[in-house]
Amino acid sequence: MTDDLDHMRDHLLAAVAAAPGLDALDAVRVDALGKQGRVTQLLKTLGGMTPDQRQAEGPRIHALREAVTAAIGARKAALETAALDARLASETLDMTLPAEVPMAGTIHPVSQVMDELAEIFADLGFAVATGPEIETDWHNFTALNIPETHPARAMHDTFYLAGSEDGDERTTPRVLRTHTSPVQIRTMLDQKPPIRIIAPGRTYRSDSDATHTPMFHQVEGLVIDKGITLGHLKWTLETFLKAFFERDDIVLRLRPSYFPFTEPSAEIDVGYTVIKGKRVIGGSGDAADGGWMEVLGSGMVHPKVIEACGLDPAEWQGFAFGCGIDRLAMLKYGMDDLRAFFDGDIRWLKHYGFSSLDVPTLSGGVGA
Amino acid sequence: MKFTLGWLREHLDTTAALDTIVEALTRIGLEVEGVHNPGEALAPFRVARVLSAAPHPQADKLQVLSVDAGPEVNGGAPLQVVCGAPNARAGLVGVFGGPGTYVPGADITLKVAAIRGVESNGMMCSARELQIGEGHDGIIELADDAPVGTSYADFAGLIDPVIDVAITPNRQDCMGVRGIARDLAAAGLGTLKPLAEAYRMTTLAPVEGDGPAPDVRTDDPAGCPAFYAQAVSGVTNGAAPEWMRRRLTAIGQKPISVLVDITNFVSVDLGRPLHVYDRAKLSGALVARKARDGEQVLALNGKTYALDATMTVIADDAAVHDIGGIMGGEHSGVSDTTTDVLIECAFFDPDHIARTGQKLTLTSDARQRFERGVDPAFLDDGLAIATHLVVAHCGGTPGAITRAGEPPLEPRIVTYDPDLCRTLGGLSVAPERQARILLSLGFSVGAICQPDDYSDLLFSTIEGAWPVRVPTWRRDIDGPADLVEEVIRIEGIDKVAPVPLPRIPGVARPTATPEQKLERRVRRAAAARGLDEAVTWSFLPEAQAASFGGGAFTLANPISEELKVMRPSLLPGILSAAERNLRRGAGSVRLFEIGRRYLAEGERATLGLVLAGDRRARGWREGKAVSFDAYDAKAEALALLAAAGAPVDNLQVMGEAGEAWHPGQSGTLRLGPKTILARFGMLHPSLVKAFDLDGAVAAAEVYLDAVPGKRQAGFMRAAYAPPVLQAVRRDFAFLVPAALTGDALIRAIRGADKVAIVAARVFDVFERATDNGVEKSVAVEIVLQPGDKSFAEADLKAIADKVVAAAAKLGASLRG
Repeated sequence: MTDDLDHMRDHLLAAVAAAPGLDALDAVRVDALGKQGRVTQLLKTLGGMTPDQRQAEGPRIHALREAVTAAIGARKAALETAALDARLASETLDMTLPAEVPMAGTIHPVSQVMDELAEIFADLGFAVATGPEIETDWHNFTALNIPETHPARAMHDTFYLAGSEDGDERTTPRVLRTHTSPVQIRTMLDQKPPIRIIAPGRTYRSDSDATHTPMFHQVEGLVIDKGITLGHLKWTLETFLKAFFERDDIVLRLRPSYFPFTEPSAEIDVGYTVIKGKRVIGGSGDAADGGWMEVLGSGMVHPKVIEACGLDPAEWQGFAFGCGIDRLAMLKYGMDDLRAFFDGDIRWLKHYGFSSLDVPTLSGGVGA
Repeated sequence: MKFTLGWLREHLDTTAALDTIVEALTRIGLEVEGVHNPGEALAPFRVARVLSAAPHPQADKLQVLSVDAGPEVNGGAPLQVVCGAPNARAGLVGVFGGPGTYVPGADITLKVAAIRGVESNGMMCSARELQIGEGHDGIIELADDAPVGTSYADFAGLIDPVIDVAITPNRQDCMGVRGIARDLAAAGLGTLKPLAEAYRMTTLAPVEGDGPAPDVRTDDPAGCPAFYAQAVSGVTNGAAPEWMRRRLTAIGQKPISVLVDITNFVSVDLGRPLHVYDRAKLSGALVARKARDGEQVLALNGKTYALDATMTVIADDAAVHDIGGIMGGEHSGVSDTTTDVLIECAFFDPDHIARTGQKLTLTSDARQRFERGVDPAFLDDGLAIATHLVVAHCGGTPGAITRAGEPPLEPRIVTYDPDLCRTLGGLSVAPERQARILLSLGFSVGAICQPDDYSDLLFSTIEGAWPVRVPTWRRDIDGPADLVEEVIRIEGIDKVAPVPLPRIPGVARPTATPEQKLERRVRRAAAARGLDEAVTWSFLPEAQAASFGGGAFTLANPISEELKVMRPSLLPGILSAAERNLRRGAGSVRLFEIGRRYLAEGERATLGLVLAGDRRARGWREGKAVSFDAYDAKAEALALLAAAGAPVDNLQVMGEAGEAWHPGQSGTLRLGPKTILARFGMLHPSLVKAFDLDGAVAAAEVYLDAVPGKRQAGFMRAAYAPPVLQAVRRDFAFLVPAALTGDALIRAIRGADKVAIVAARVFDVFERATDNGVEKSVAVEIVLQPGDKSFAEADLKAIADKVVAAAAKLGASLRG
């Protein structure tokens, strides 16, 4: 009996191990553990045994069943793994083939720089203000102390609107704004001081050559408060330019100049250094390899302008400045052709544009 | 405004070097745009003597010269030079350029060369070859005792740098060399010479003779308040003196004749325009008056101008001779044969000049000066100087002076508190120093009228705010802020120290408005979705604007027809950009722009986007390339509206996008029936063609101004907990009438049970032709969200019945 059991076990385990597939394995299982299976039949013999016999044979027969069951389970898992491996092997693909990554879009440099300006000036307490691009003569010129016969009007190369000659100059739109300065006027008329604003936006002059486009972008700044002096103007512009170019070695040179709406007026030059033939902002313009570049017009708001806006120039004074945004972008990011800004060439946009994720922040840096 | 260093020194007694002067000019607000030294190009040319001249063996018109150019050239040995000038001869002293020298007037660099077989080692030069004159009849002949071997430019005084200064419109006084000299003297660069000295006159007193005073008057005191004139008879007009011609040439003016050159010279030297008439060409009184409508004048520039009654002219009995203060007339101008002249020194009102100049679009040196306001106190002096120059250089006898009218000479006093320099200009300057600066610029401070009058004792008598009298030549000064500028620009604006702006108290608040934040979000959302941001012109060709409803604003003076009408839509600009990109070979173009469209009712924030070319390039996975379709445009519009915070779930899709769009493949997204938030779809094929685009183009325009603003209710959100029970999905397939839209069906189904049905969407659409027409079936998935307890089978059946009933009302029936 003992030998028979051992023999049966060896035989069944060998059969399990030899089963080539799941079907064959199942046949072995039926042969051993099925209703008529050999092990099942053995288990049935236990009922006819004496208690002593049963005590001796029972564990052995049960052990046989467990060994065969375990072997079948193990063999089944092994066969399944082999089958899966074989299937996966047959599913191999060329992982070097291209996957389609959706093309990322871009933010135009002008928009990016406007966001940078808003961020830098927000830190100084300046809000962003806007105004119409189709302006009245009064807001664009007269209120800014540029009467109709002023020679400065000739310098502005103004676009006039057809069919608006007869209206009231205060309300009838007549011109495309030649600068963002009329936003100063609108802000002073709308808000009570203290005022701190920047006004970025589109501006227009009838001028078209290699370095001028009939449409361009400007940012205007305005502070109206008590006790504001040219010293505050200088600090503000210095702070702004240092933050914008992320350089501590920004050197400004103020030059007396003339704008009808400021008095005193100053042009602001920034020092640059020539590095590998390119002008890089930073350092003194008086250095051997340096020079000065005109970047901003500025001055103390003219008392007549403050008055035109209904404020008392004896109580309120302040400063204003203006600067080309396209030019700021060119100086910071190195484009050399202004006309390309307005062409919409996607090759240029992909090269000089910015990722949507590069949101200028003070903590992350305003330069992307 | 150009002048030479030598010219400046006629008015400014200074030892300052050129660099110092240039640097100071820019520092005090007279920006130097360039310094050019024509003498530099002449540095290599030397004074040389022709020792002998022999005929050229091969050419009749050439001579072979032996030239002595001094000890530094050729070791002092004579040079052989071939020369074609008829005046070349032994003994002549002229100007020699050796091999290697660049000859500016001929644009050649000399080298040793054989001319018709004879070696030539340089060139004897003519005036034109050196660009110092027009003479080309022969080589330059210098005095016999001219020092051979020295630099010709030094010898002839040609080393005189030309300085070009940008004069801002407020500084009429600096449109004359003397004004610039005055500013430099105030800045400490020397002393302003007396005016008479600069003109070699003993006194500026009028040079009046016995002849009759000319018959001139002003009948237009508003346009021409003062008209001074003096006649000089028996003059000889010819070439101006060498020094005057050289100065005018140096600044780019062509010498004409001495009488004309005198007026041009005084205009540049003193900023004082004059006019000289040939009396033989005048008849009767010369009158400043308003032009009569229809009058014309042939001006000195050769053009005829039609005048109107707002313009001031100078006319006699016969004709208009001068557009007053702007340009003289051709007829009465002086010529070689002129013997009797009338010199006009008038004052024209700046505003009148500006208006006339703008109307005629006529610019001249005289207009520039008069419209900025010439010195109204300088009429007598101006006339005296002009007459002095005429008599000195043309001979003749001056007559008496007529002074018609009165120049505006009301004194202008500004009350100035010197502390304003600190409180406005941010620079503390001692009152004494401020007073001295103002005096040196020609202002009077209290009783002190001249810089020389200044004494501490006299100064100490001024208490409190100062009465400062403005010099007559400074029309631009009319308030204390102007005086701050004067003090600071001379003291040095660079000395102003930066002062931090005080921080605004309290915590930081957003400085962007909701509209600005919306634009920023939408811009970055669009870029994140793969669109490239373009910036295109705000103005369009008229036809393009017309395709999008027409523009409300047209430029009166466009730069070209292409940039003429303010855009009513952003699409034309980016469509043109898309066309350029495709033409350059781009396979897929996704452009957007955020900007304003210009409507009669205002400027409106707008986003436009264009999808052209392939949505997906051909690929190994998906096969053929796929073009954009209207649903791509719809998806962009909805995504961007969502980014803008619009309630996209509540939008209605309606038609009527407009004529620019494909009538069957476009739509509008509306909030309520009237508010259009976006248009989207395929553009009309004929419009696409008009933009030279091939193939179908999808586009969308999102009206950011129409997106409702979010209510600000603090940071707290409404309370929310996700449902505990799981949602149930059910599918329905309907046979629907061909005209039924998906949106109508979904709305009906959602309306069937507004509580339980939380979502419904079309997931399949199938159409086929049958004998009874088109059979259209639409499959819809609905999502049911149980509340407190799960749905029982009966609940689900009841909802399904309601869905089917709602669909049935639209003619839809469940598919069998």
